[in-house]
Amino acid sequence: MTETYKVQRWTSRSIVSTALIAALQFALLAAPFVFSANVVDHLTTLFVYVVLAITWNALAGYGGLVSVGQQLFFGFGAYGAIRLSQAGVPVYAALALGGVGSAVLALIVSSFMLKLRAGEFAIGMWVLAALVQLLVSLDPIIQGATGTSLLALNSFAPAARRADTYWFGLVAMAGVALLLFLLLRSRLGAAMQAIRDNEEAARSVGVRVQLAKRIMFVLAALGAGMAGAVWLATSISFQPNTYFGVQWTAYMIFMTLVGGIGTFEGPILGAVLFFAVEAAFGAEGVWYLIGIGAAAVGFALLLPQGIWGWMERRYALRLLPVGYVLKLQGVDAGRQHGFARRSVPPPPAAMRISEQS
Amino acid sequence: MSLLLEANGLVKRYGALAVVNGVDFRVAENEAVGIVGPNGAGKTSLLNLLSGAVPVSEGRIALRGAIITGQDAAWRCRHGIGRSHQVPKPFGGMTVFENLLVAATQGGGFIQHEAYDRAVDSLELCGMLSAANRSAETLGLLERKRLELARALATGPELLLLDEIGGGLTDGEALDLVEVILDLRRRGIAIVWIEHIVHILVKVVTRLVCMDAGRIIAEGDPQSVLKDPVVISAYLGSEEVV
Ligand SMILES: Nc1ncnc2c1ncn2[C@@H]1O[C@H](COP(=O)(O)OP(=O)(O)OP(=O)(O)O)[C@@H](O)[C@H]1O
Ligand SMILES: [Mg+2]
Repeated sequence: MTETYKVQRWTSRSIVSTALIAALQFALLAAPFVFSANVVDHLTTLFVYVVLAITWNALAGYGGLVSVGQQLFFGFGAYGAIRLSQAGVPVYAALALGGVGSAVLALIVSSFMLKLRAGEFAIGMWVLAALVQLLVSLDPIIQGATGTSLLALNSFAPAARRADTYWFGLVAMAGVALLLFLLLRSRLGAAMQAIRDNEEAARSVGVRVQLAKRIMFVLAALGAGMAGAVWLATSISFQPNTYFGVQWTAYMIFMTLVGGIGTFEGPILGAVLFFAVEAAFGAEGVWYLIGIGAAAVGFALLLPQGIWGWMERRYALRLLPVGYVLKLQGVDAGRQHGFARRSVPPPPAAMRISEQS
Repeated sequence: MSLLLEANGLVKRYGALAVVNGVDFRVAENEAVGIVGPNGAGKTSLLNLLSGAVPVSEGRIALRGAIITGQDAAWRCRHGIGRSHQVPKPFGGMTVFENLLVAATQGGGFIQHEAYDRAVDSLELCGMLSAANRSAETLGLLERKRLELARALATGPELLLLDEIGGGLTDGEALDLVEVILDLRRRGIAIVWIEHIVHILVKVVTRLVCMDAGRIIAEGDPQSVLKDPVVISAYLGSEEVV
């Protein structure tokens, strides 16, 4: 019988990988001083993809909410930034608040959208995105399909603007990723993984599934809204058709499915791959879109856990410390948290079979 | 003993078919009730209504006198009704220990050390301590059933609804399971246990309910229910069970 145990959350591998990831973020801060304008622009684009991928994964992979209307929040984040900037808010603050505006919008629409069943929700989100696009086009500032520009950014020198936008994108990505990481590490995060694995069982052990889904929905909208704001900062011009286009959600689905749905790391890998594929084949136009569509379907059918999910199982990889490891008596202390526990009557012999194995 | 759970006039329909058809069911504090009946009798369906997994078509359910018919499964779990599933539903992407931690923190409302204690305690009682760090999807069927029991226990229930956790056990293992259930009763937990292995069930329960075609056809002290001609023709056949 064991008298003491320890619960370990950090393993040496996860300490190393988390430290490396954090160090990489800090190193990336220096990119505008080191790399050419072209590379900096590309990296900013990559950050946008990463944010889109990890937040769609949070929604679908953990929340079980498959949405094909996340362009709603992407477009709304950009639109909100334009509106706020015109109202006199400093431009980068306006961009950040635009992203937050998408989260607020999500909080409001969640009260009715999350009542829908799976298929209705997926399509309903698309319909809602189209509706909001229409409303935004009616705003005189936007001038219908013609669109407008984030004029306040034109007053910056191009080099300074490029660097500022890059840092804005980096901070947005790191912030959203950190938020998701902390959420997954929390008590609620374990409940979300339970929902991912079996929603009915999660309910049966007391998980407030609807609340958890709402949190993921709002977080995903925050991510998409931030991504839209960063995109606006890089391209300056805003046309409703582009920002509220369904292709954004198609990209998110591709990145998540290829990288590995329901894992933290997978969508990041998916975003990097998508970025590379786009750089190589993006000029092929319609064939490129058909190609990534076919790849997403192929992964869904043949490797549903995605590349990272497959590697995770194959090599028992767990880079981030979101789990709990139970260490029974006689394990070195160090970073672990140990405590004595009250004793219980020993279990009957045959119920202990697995203890001998 | 005071009344813990009381259900009156429960009906569950799927289309025109009433799979639970007018059931009254009571559990007193710390009582152990067995449910038997042929396949498709509606036993699991009744459990689903009691746990809140499935909404009732008609009838009402009260917990300590308060109506809970409209509360969902998560609420009922947080208020002391734990359950296992006949077809195990592990959280496959998590370890056994993590499965129990979710139950302890969400259903039990335990935090930090209390939750760890609760999880370790439940694992130990169910003999799963050494499997704590195994991924739940690698478990075999018997271990999955045991995980169902341990996970339900980790929610800190007052009433535990068990659905065929003994199937597939050898005689020795089944007797050990009886010891575990008796231990739970000593801790003050009320038990509702659906089981086909009747001779094991009667070692634990103080009252036996027999269902057939969505209705309760007999109930009372186990020995007299098993001798009831209605029960023998509907469920036991000519078999000598006790
Ligand atoms: N979701 C559902 N839709 C339609 N019919 C259902 C549904 N769930 C259960 N049933 C039907 O209800 C009846 C009772 O099923 P239930 O699972 O409650 O039986 P049971 O007594 O638990 O049987 P067993 O001993 O085989 O577990 C069966 O005829 C089953 O097919
Ligand atoms: Mg059943």
